[in-house]
Amino acid sequence: MSEPILQIEGLVKRFGGVLATDNVSFDVAPLETHAVIGPNGAGKTTLISQLSGALRSDAGVIRFKGEPISNLPPHQRSLRGLARSFQITSVFMEMTVLQNVALAVQAHRGHSYRFWRPAAGDAELEAPALECLREVSLHERRDVRAASLSHGEKRQLEIAMALATEPDLLLLDEPMAGMGREESERMINTLKDLKGEKTMLLVEHDMDAVFALADRITVLVYGRVIASGAPDEIRNDEAVRRAYLGDEGA
Amino acid sequence: MARKASTSLIPPLGEIRFTTWFMLIVLLIFALAPVLTEITGTPFYLSVATRLIILSIAAVSLNLVLGYGGMVSFGHAAFIGLGAYAVGIPFYYDITNGFLQFGLAIVVSALFALVTGAICLRTKGVYFIMITMAFGQMVYFTFLSLNEYGADDGLSIYKLSQFPGPIDFTNKVQLYYVCFASLIVSLFIVHRLVNSRFGMAIRGAKGNEERMRAIGFNTYAYRLTCYVISGAMCGFSGALLANFTNFLSPEMIDWTRSGELMFMVIFGGTGTLFGPFLGTAVFLGFYTFLAQFTTYWQLWLGVLILISVLFVKGGINGLIDKIEGVVRKRPVSAPAATPAEAKDE
Ligand SMILES: Nc1ncnc2c1ncn2[C@@H]1O[C@H](COP(=O)(O)OP(=O)(O)OP(=O)(O)O)[C@@H](O)[C@H]1O
Ligand SMILES: [Mg+2]
Repeated sequence: MSEPILQIEGLVKRFGGVLATDNVSFDVAPLETHAVIGPNGAGKTTLISQLSGALRSDAGVIRFKGEPISNLPPHQRSLRGLARSFQITSVFMEMTVLQNVALAVQAHRGHSYRFWRPAAGDAELEAPALECLREVSLHERRDVRAASLSHGEKRQLEIAMALATEPDLLLLDEPMAGMGREESERMINTLKDLKGEKTMLLVEHDMDAVFALADRITVLVYGRVIASGAPDEIRNDEAVRRAYLGDEGA
Repeated sequence: MARKASTSLIPPLGEIRFTTWFMLIVLLIFALAPVLTEITGTPFYLSVATRLIILSIAAVSLNLVLGYGGMVSFGHAAFIGLGAYAVGIPFYYDITNGFLQFGLAIVVSALFALVTGAICLRTKGVYFIMITMAFGQMVYFTFLSLNEYGADDGLSIYKLSQFPGPIDFTNKVQLYYVCFASLIVSLFIVHRLVNSRFGMAIRGAKGNEERMRAIGFNTYAYRLTCYVISGAMCGFSGALLANFTNFLSPEMIDWTRSGELMFMVIFGGTGTLFGPFLGTAVFLGFYTFLAQFTTYWQLWLGVLILISVLFVKGGINGLIDKIEGVVRKRPVSAPAATPAEAKDE
């Protein structure tokens, strides 16, 4: 296997007495789709936030493209090619769909100390933004305020904004959260299109989606990795069945 | 549905917003104010108009950080004070060169914004409000203790800022037009600024800072830049104010002044171009007229604030938008949501 794009070694995060991330180590290979699953409160979002820089780790090292990034602030990690989406939809509600994505493009087109020319209508920003909206089939809603989108559309917008930063690694925190059947299917199709083109670290509860998309799966329980491997291994892993899959009454 | 955003400089007449029409008319009236007050023999109102315009510039500058940037600064009167003393203190030493005084006002205010902003912007929410207020009070008490420059008695300015050529600030009409032109320029600057890439970065940081950082913006640096620009603009208005009142005292820096400035911005409509002017007009209207009839004018002002916060989102500007929505039979949304609205998830 080629050099991993993301290496996580001994990552720890404590919230008071709670060990939300307990000595987590695993790798993500280039262009793989790596799913992280685990019951509620297992520490999946915490892990994503540590990787994106929103949370500081108490111990451990994160290497991205071979370089340690543990001490970089979120925006610098983004500029190096790390993008995240949020479990709880986090977009710019009062801006239009296009503005949301154009802003993400803008972040990666040099500095924004440009005070005079209007950003609206700037093809350098809007052309790539539209491209990303097309990838998630949201381009027809470009001039709608984000606040007026349906829940499913907001989730699609989340993905488009992450894509607009032209990331080398996508950290997706439950992209299907709160979605109905139809919306989920649309999201799965979007992710299937991305699979193989983008490296993805996918946190997801929807097991159908996980087994349909993942090349490898890491299972977190109480902040600890209890198993990591190919989907078939995970499906048949005794510890996983007991701790997690069994719980679902599958 | 896909209403293309008009990219040409002048949109078709039907697309011009009511607020824009309203302001064009109001500004036209103000452009003629010296003539109108001359004809009607009410020079007192020219002085009210001058004060209104100067305070509007300060409100416009506060709106840049508060309305567009979501930084609730409770210490902006400090910049007015710094700008005013940048005229007063040089005057005290017989330096009355206008370019020097105004330049000093801008530079000192910008530096003060840079240093205090660098600290304040490390905090959020209520802490930001408190710490900006604390810095404001620090400036207040500093000037209060400077006996050399009058301390709490203040400092009278017998010789106004001198400019080469025909500009003469002792001429009330000329001073008025300089202030008026300054307001127009300030509005134009803010208009360009908030629609530029920089403006989008600022507005994004207001709406959702965590997301901004996640997509790659150093929000702290952009906010600080915005704060510095705002401070410089506010300091400029202070230099005008010193020339208008011929007098300065620490009282113009007190935190209640900052509060009034906030009122003007919020009542006019935060995050709208003309809101600060409208809010200042209402405030001065109350101050000028109601104060003649009742000593409780501030009470009525309070009632007005309550009504506007409870029933009219987006202040006066929001009210005009609402009227436009009824007349044109389609909803008209303000360009930037109020802080309360922004958290609708
Ligand atoms: N900011 C915080 N402060 C204190 N405790 C926290 C904080 N964030 C998370 N936790 C705790 O850390 C643990 C892991 O939470 P986390 O949100 O990472 O779980 P998760 O796997 O994403 O859960 P879910 O599937 O519900 O999204 C939980 O016990 C949670 O209560
Ligand atoms: Mg989570």
